[in-house]
Amino acid sequence: MKEIVVISGKGGTGKTSITASFSILGTKDLVAVDCDVDAADMHILLKPDLGESQDFYSGEVASIDQTKCIACDKCAKVCRFNAIDREGVRYSVNTLNCEGCGYCARVCPVGAITNISQKVGVWYMSNTRGGFSMVHAKLGIGADNSGKLVAHVKNQAKALARRQGKKYVLVDGSPGIGCPVVSSLSGANYVVLVTEPTVSGIHDLKRVYELVKNFKIHAGCIVNKADINPEITEQIIVYLRAEGIDLLARLPYEENFTKAMVAGQTIVEFDNGMLKKNLTDTWQRVCRIVDEQQGES
Amino acid sequence: MSDVVIASGKGGTGKTTLSTNLATLLAEEDPVVLVDLDVEEPNSGLFINGTEIAREIKYKMIPRWESDACTLCGLCQQVCNFHSIIKLGKEIMVFPQLCHSCFACSELCPTNCLPMVPMRMGQTTHFKLGNLVFVESRLDIGQEQAVPLIAQTKECVKKKYSSIGFKIYDAPPGTSCPVIEAAKDADFIILVTEPTPFGLNDLRLAVETMRELSKPIGIVINRHGIGNDEVDAYCAVENIPVLARLPNDRRAAQLYSRGERIYTQLPEFKKELEKVALHIRSLSEGGRQ
Repeated sequence: MKEIVVISGKGGTGKTSITASFSILGTKDLVAVDCDVDAADMHILLKPDLGESQDFYSGEVASIDQTKCIACDKCAKVCRFNAIDREGVRYSVNTLNCEGCGYCARVCPVGAITNISQKVGVWYMSNTRGGFSMVHAKLGIGADNSGKLVAHVKNQAKALARRQGKKYVLVDGSPGIGCPVVSSLSGANYVVLVTEPTVSGIHDLKRVYELVKNFKIHAGCIVNKADINPEITEQIIVYLRAEGIDLLARLPYEENFTKAMVAGQTIVEFDNGMLKKNLTDTWQRVCRIVDEQQGES
Repeated sequence: MSDVVIASGKGGTGKTTLSTNLATLLAEEDPVVLVDLDVEEPNSGLFINGTEIAREIKYKMIPRWESDACTLCGLCQQVCNFHSIIKLGKEIMVFPQLCHSCFACSELCPTNCLPMVPMRMGQTTHFKLGNLVFVESRLDIGQEQAVPLIAQTKECVKKKYSSIGFKIYDAPPGTSCPVIEAAKDADFIILVTEPTPFGLNDLRLAVETMRELSKPIGIVINRHGIGNDEVDAYCAVENIPVLARLPNDRRAAQLYSRGERIYTQLPEFKKELEKVALHIRSLSEGGRQ
């Protein structure tokens, strides 16, 4: 079983539309995972039935028992996150600032502080109209630890793919270069980078690829909206060659991406022309590259 | 004084487009600070060609094990809620990426064997372009936590530029901890979205997040004309003001792709942007009274 992760660094490059299309093309061979738990959108295109669901707890927040507190101020003195609010002798925790380190509870002389475990989100194991399973999650508002939720949904998807005897786990990854994307990348066999030829697109591509290199994962790249700026498209292609990244496809700036989304479909279901053909060829190429690789995930 | 944070649930909806165009438009008349808090992928600087005036390396504090007096009691491992320090045989190992700099292990160590030392996490650069000061923070590749750098950047801006009335912050995308850190001290939040099903889904999450923070919000719809009308309908039902509707225009996408300012070249875009500027000026005047 191999893990294919689609990421983009920059948002709005078409990552989710492309990943959802791949999942429809590879339907019988894969389990799909939405690891963009902050702004999960793949379900809008794949419309999974909300199957089995479970709450996900991670991290803690301090809570002060007013009946025990003696207002000694020790908790406020040790807190590095400005998370203890004081109103006269009434001490309380600012839950937005609290990092859940538990230092205050350890120094409280009367045991007035407890750490409460936080529900950070819900994850689902669902079925899609394509006949394949999809693992996805909804992160709670302002929740911490999205990296841990990402790692969790990915592990669930891998276990499911093994049980179902599927060849691939296809991951819609998270944006940025921080903990959620690190969790998305860890364990991947192949990375598909989706970019666009804009000053920010190439800038973010280079940054996120530096991170991919740390993981020593082989990568390919799709240049979406390639005709919007042919000059930067050329710069991207030169960069890909220099770094040994496969150029998987050059897609045109197409409002069908948006139209398919409005229709609640993937592009390969909505479009019957070049875009569908391009994406089908690209997916087959990714499969060939991954199939030829040694080793399992 | 007004601290305006420009955020969005979904990435790629036009946060940076709005931040950079709005800040330069406001700066035609008044001093403005634009701060890029999207430290994982800072992009505003690609659109602002200022002169560098200062640069600072930013550090976070992590424990460093000094073995001499260590009794291997294991208390450090017990007190760390983030599993960033473990006792392995006769050694104490620190995992800096997981450390939240709470100081518990260091200060509770009975033999003072874990002094806190600075570790580089990124850098902040300050630029000047006419009336506009632009501050960019950039997380080093391999650093996983954006929050400490965002927090330090905000503090630095507050101290250094207290006299400047307009502060515009370009926030990271999403709804989790980096966005909260960027938005929690704002006077006003602008959420940028696009009129598509993805845009609407992520806008709902962003609105819920900002309501949780009890912040006043306004919406800017980018690429208006593409997709459908559901974002407008949602804003009407939720009673959230739509400050502007930036037109969907291939020319805007092309100008953006080259790192160019849009409002100076597209009058339709400028007309909408001026509505946002007007709103911010009115907020600021309201604050002074």
